[in-house]
Amino acid sequence: MAAKGDIIIDIERCKGCQVCLDACPKDVLEMSRKVNAKGYQYTVKVNSDCTGCANCAVVCPDAVISVYRVK
Amino acid sequence: MAEQSIISPENLVYKKTDVMTDRELHYCPGCGHGTAHRVLAEAIEELGIQSETIGVAPVGCSVLAYYYLNVDMQEAAHGRAPAVATGIKRVLPEKYVFTYQGDGDLAAIGTSETIHACNRGENILIVFVNNGIYGMTGGQMAPTTLPGMKSSTCPMGRDVKTMGNPLKITELVAQLPGTHYVTRQSVHTPGNVRKAKRAIRKALEYQKEDKGTCLVEIVSNCPSGWKMNAVDSNKWMEENMLPFYPLGDIKVPGKGLVNGGKDGG
Repeated sequence: MAAKGDIIIDIERCKGCQVCLDACPKDVLEMSRKVNAKGYQYTVKVNSDCTGCANCAVVCPDAVISVYRVK
Repeated sequence: MAEQSIISPENLVYKKTDVMTDRELHYCPGCGHGTAHRVLAEAIEELGIQSETIGVAPVGCSVLAYYYLNVDMQEAAHGRAPAVATGIKRVLPEKYVFTYQGDGDLAAIGTSETIHACNRGENILIVFVNNGIYGMTGGQMAPTTLPGMKSSTCPMGRDVKTMGNPLKITELVAQLPGTHYVTRQSVHTPGNVRKAKRAIRKALEYQKEDKGTCLVEIVSNCPSGWKMNAVDSNKWMEENMLPFYPLGDIKVPGKGLVNGGKDGG
């Protein structure tokens, strides 16, 4: 199935709290192995199951995720 | 490639609101303050009142709220945000005025200002973020700390016999005739964030009607103060904070107290 949604993660603002991982119904997100300039692991998209539901972006305390969905 | 075509301006469904500045938040990873700031900013954006809104920042972790909220802001002395907001609203009655306060600010040093502003029925919105602890100063016991909950000044847990009972100030102000809309929300799941935004939006809309004080409590986590990671602190909050501070409307315009004002409806 073609992906319906996609996200852009502003990795330099991410603090690696992992709240978005719990919120994602499709297990699209995981933590990176690398760290960003602040020394935090950051969220990365690991598959193309994203539906564009925006749950990850809505719970993110630092508003690092932008969400796109095919309309 | 299919994925490339999804990321285009017409497919955008969510991005950081322009009512938040681009400055990076100083809050700890996973702190509910960031989400609470954002739902407030999004409610302001949806109503299109950015240029007519004046906020009052408290003392506590959210003392720097004026760096992040892209509206006119005023800093108040510790606990005195409702008093400052009263002055602003009376001089500029056509503006939307809100305060943003934590539990140490609103329910401890600012109890008097909060209760009297609510009792006078000042036409302001109070956003009250309750994490049951003094986060900024190192996790000391606050008036809202749960019975048995550990903090740096009650390391064996809060003993109500010697340390008193937690203060449910939201239920307390709901009893006052001056309050118009009193509700308790949280921002730990996507559904709760969306509900909290609707509550804040409703409260700002009521300000047009000049009916009285609106108070929106947001039960939040404090990963650093509670000494947990963000995900565990949200789980702990759900299991321990929410039974004591149940979510829901406490006072609804037109209906009065929900459930006798004892807890969230």
